Amino acid sequence: MEITAKTAAQLRITEEEFELIKERLGRTPNFTELCAFSGMWSEHCSYKNSIKWLKTLPRDGSKMLVKAGEENAGLMDIGDGYGVVFKIESHNHPSAIEPFQGAATGVGGIHRDIFTMGARPIASLNSLRFGKLEEAKTQHLLAGVVHGISHYGNCFGVPTVGGEVYFEQKYHTNPLVNAMSVGIVKNGETVSATAKGIGNPVFFVGSATGKDGIGGASFASADITAESAEELPAVQVGDPFQEKKLLEACLEVLQTGAVVGMQDMGAAGIICSTSEMSAKGEVGMRIDLEKVPTRQKNMKAWELLLSESQERMLMVVEKGKEKEVLDVFEKWDLPCSEIGEVTGDGILRFYMHGVLEAELPAYDLVLGGGAPQYSRNYIQPDYFSKIEAFNANSIEVPDDLRAVAEKLVTIPNIASKKAVYVQYDSMVGTGNASTNQPSDAAIVIAKPTNKGLALTTDCNSRYVFANPYKGAMIAVAEAARNIVCSGGAPLGITNCLNFGNPYDPQVYYQFVEAIKGMGEACRRFDTPVTGGNVSFYNQNPDGPVYPTPTIGMVGVLEHVNDKMTLDFKHAGDTIYLIGKSSGDINSSEYLHKIQGVEFSPAPQFDLETEFMLQEKVAALIKARVIESAHDVSEGGLFTALLESGFNRNLGVDVVATDYNIRKDGYWFGEAQSRVVVSVRSNKEEAFKRAMGIHPFEELGVVTTGSVEIDGMEWGHIEAWKALYDNAIQNIISGQESGHALSAL
Amino acid sequence: MKFGVVVFPGSNCDRDMQEALQNDLKQEVVMLWHKDKDLSRFTTNDCIILPGGFSYGDYLRCGAIARFSPMMQSVIDFANSGGKVLGVCNGFQILCESHLLPGVLLRNANQQFICKNVYLKGVGGADKALKIPIAHGEGRYFADEATLNELEANNQVIYRYCDEKGQITAAANPNGAIRNIAGICNKNRNVFGMMPHPERACTSALGNIDGRIILKTLIMQPQPAFV
Repeated sequence: MEITAKTAAQLRITEEEFELIKERLGRTPNFTELCAFSGMWSEHCSYKNSIKWLKTLPRDGSKMLVKAGEENAGLMDIGDGYGVVFKIESHNHPSAIEPFQGAATGVGGIHRDIFTMGARPIASLNSLRFGKLEEAKTQHLLAGVVHGISHYGNCFGVPTVGGEVYFEQKYHTNPLVNAMSVGIVKNGETVSATAKGIGNPVFFVGSATGKDGIGGASFASADITAESAEELPAVQVGDPFQEKKLLEACLEVLQTGAVVGMQDMGAAGIICSTSEMSAKGEVGMRIDLEKVPTRQKNMKAWELLLSESQERMLMVVEKGKEKEVLDVFEKWDLPCSEIGEVTGDGILRFYMHGVLEAELPAYDLVLGGGAPQYSRNYIQPDYFSKIEAFNANSIEVPDDLRAVAEKLVTIPNIASKKAVYVQYDSMVGTGNASTNQPSDAAIVIAKPTNKGLALTTDCNSRYVFANPYKGAMIAVAEAARNIVCSGGAPLGITNCLNFGNPYDPQVYYQFVEAIKGMGEACRRFDTPVTGGNVSFYNQNPDGPVYPTPTIGMVGVLEHVNDKMTLDFKHAGDTIYLIGKSSGDINSSEYLHKIQGVEFSPAPQFDLETEFMLQEKVAALIKARVIESAHDVSEGGLFTALLESGFNRNLGVDVVATDYNIRKDGYWFGEAQSRVVVSVRSNKEEAFKRAMGIHPFEELGVVTTGSVEIDGMEWGHIEAWKALYDNAIQNIISGQESGHALSAL
Repeated sequence: MKFGVVVFPGSNCDRDMQEALQNDLKQEVVMLWHKDKDLSRFTTNDCIILPGGFSYGDYLRCGAIARFSPMMQSVIDFANSGGKVLGVCNGFQILCESHLLPGVLLRNANQQFICKNVYLKGVGGADKALKIPIAHGEGRYFADEATLNELEANNQVIYRYCDEKGQITAAANPNGAIRNIAGICNKNRNVFGMMPHPERACTSALGNIDGRIILKTLIMQPQPAFV
């Protein structure tokens, strides 16, 4: 078979890249070798269109135990001799065409990234985006994705403790499925994804290899089109039971001290793990592909190299200690085969029954090595003019604010996601301290220490759409605010950057500006970016998704019992708003969903104001002068007040004191940097003293259940809770949810 | 007395059970590997626990394969000779598959996995409804009328789903279990099975310790106190 630029194009390798490959090899690659480049130089594995900008993010910090991007996930010090390992990753493309397996293997993949470093996963989160919930296609995707996450995560035995779900038309064809895993490891017990020691045997462990997921990495590096469903074989199939055994066996085998290096097989399978481990250790490998256990007969070399069959690991073992390793996998009934050895010349040689099928320098294949890095052009998107043209004064303040509020709390982006999260095992591991005592971030005990981890994923992508720079800063700020309101100190982030096609300069503008904003916010909060994932090509013939740079943030509590909760505790407590009240309606759910305005600026946000707010909230919690803290986000102040009351069926009696502020903005606007707190009467003085000159205002009091707004009777908290809790299920089952609250 | 917790390859509540018994209830716990058979260090005063999880993946009927594991053969003998056995969630499914307890556990009525706090009325819950988490896809207890009547007649229903106030209602039934049954025991009162997870409600840091009441009254006393 003659290999030409046309062959390369079929493998999604550009002409320019094909020339570069020939130059690097000094010859024309054969088909198997070209396949290896196709996988490794795909956007998904090489970050070729993003890495230059990613390097501008703050990636250093005193608590970072490995450098960003150096290992499979970020590793940070939490004290007491333990580290937290965390990462978020997308599985958008597979989930678009096969939601169940797409989401399931997304969960499996991210957990493997954690335990391949020697850490035990203790919590997972996810960030999901779908089209409008009313659409049948959305309901199909939602059901499949949630079932997939639930199926895999529940069986694997790691609690799903948090996350977010948004529904917007822009995600109709391209849903986003981002999964995050968080693990704990004792300092010094981590293992590196590095191959070392010439002559050391290379082991392949876990599931047998099949033809599933071949080309997955390159499939994820293209737009979704009408023909995408034909790429179904590019979607992998997950087996959580196998992964559970793999987890236990891998953690057990590390205790033997026989393992030199280990890496999971995700995107681009064997070729990715062998090349990355070799390049990092500046060694090569000889691999006998016929020794790889397969579940299908007659698999070709290129299929074996690119298969993305799940639940597999590549392991370099110290020569002479093979038996110790084999015994552990025997105990767990997992296949474990020696498939090759480490060599000294930096070349990967893949043999099939003694015939050399591919001979490739490891360095040339990998990110940071020979993989191309591009600078792309970017220009300000055309739609910005529509955003600039928006004038809030063109929106009249509605007369019946209560009717607006009743609609608002049933908007799926605001309403309770109970219909979703009840399907996830959120309590296995007995470490989720938020089940019975909710906080803005999920609080998980970092066993065996008594510390708490505060975990959250955040991104309001409509804010990012409106202003990529500011929107990305807000995403970081909100994550940090959630952690601070829960009593934690922000430690670091992982990001999942979901954007459209990077070759579209207007999309790339969103990417560049979002990175700049994220970097600035991360520097201010001292939360380095420990790693993450870029997912481009979330685009279809109708256009790209909203730019969605999801932030997964981890914070630490010195003791898990130091946590602050979001719910009002007693009737009679005073309710305060920390921060300044505002009439800003820009980019709010109210403006977008109820007033129907697609283009408006991002909500009010100032990084310094936000930072001061968080410092203040942290001080209030430390001084033990507040009973609850809940940040104001989607749905505005009114929604934040309701959410604070739901857990104990307590209501509010609150009044907007400033009559110069438009009422719809006051109650439903989403201006940033605001937190609702409640204070016991005997702590009022201490509270006010602690506030000092920081802006705050008294809103009213917690009631035994009645909701009174501006002196008007707005019904009982239980009725609002019913609206809020049942809205999503009602839409799915086709029932009207907007029935009159007063009738309840 | 001491406790043995069986570890199947897909068990994922084994450590939770171990921690609840060791740390919260200060009991001696021995972990038992599914491939082993030896229970010689246990007497009939002790208790063997089958924890929650997905024993062998449960791609077939839940617990159907676990029933044939080497350790289960010993557990069945242990139960038949009067030793205490408690199965939680997947453990309950395994006990039914092993015919140590009557009935079956079907897919939840809504066909979905459900994880949330529920309230239970039963052993140890005379004074108040016990708040205990559930987490299962196949927890809808079912048996034929004759079996159910026999269970009731012998006072073998140890837990029923109820509301916060202790009322046994259809709305408080999370999975469609017949007669709101959440847990049962055998006729000899030494084998117990329940879908809810008491071990998830034992640590004070989690804000709910009702599970301690269940473990204490059900298996830590020589004779379980029955309501």
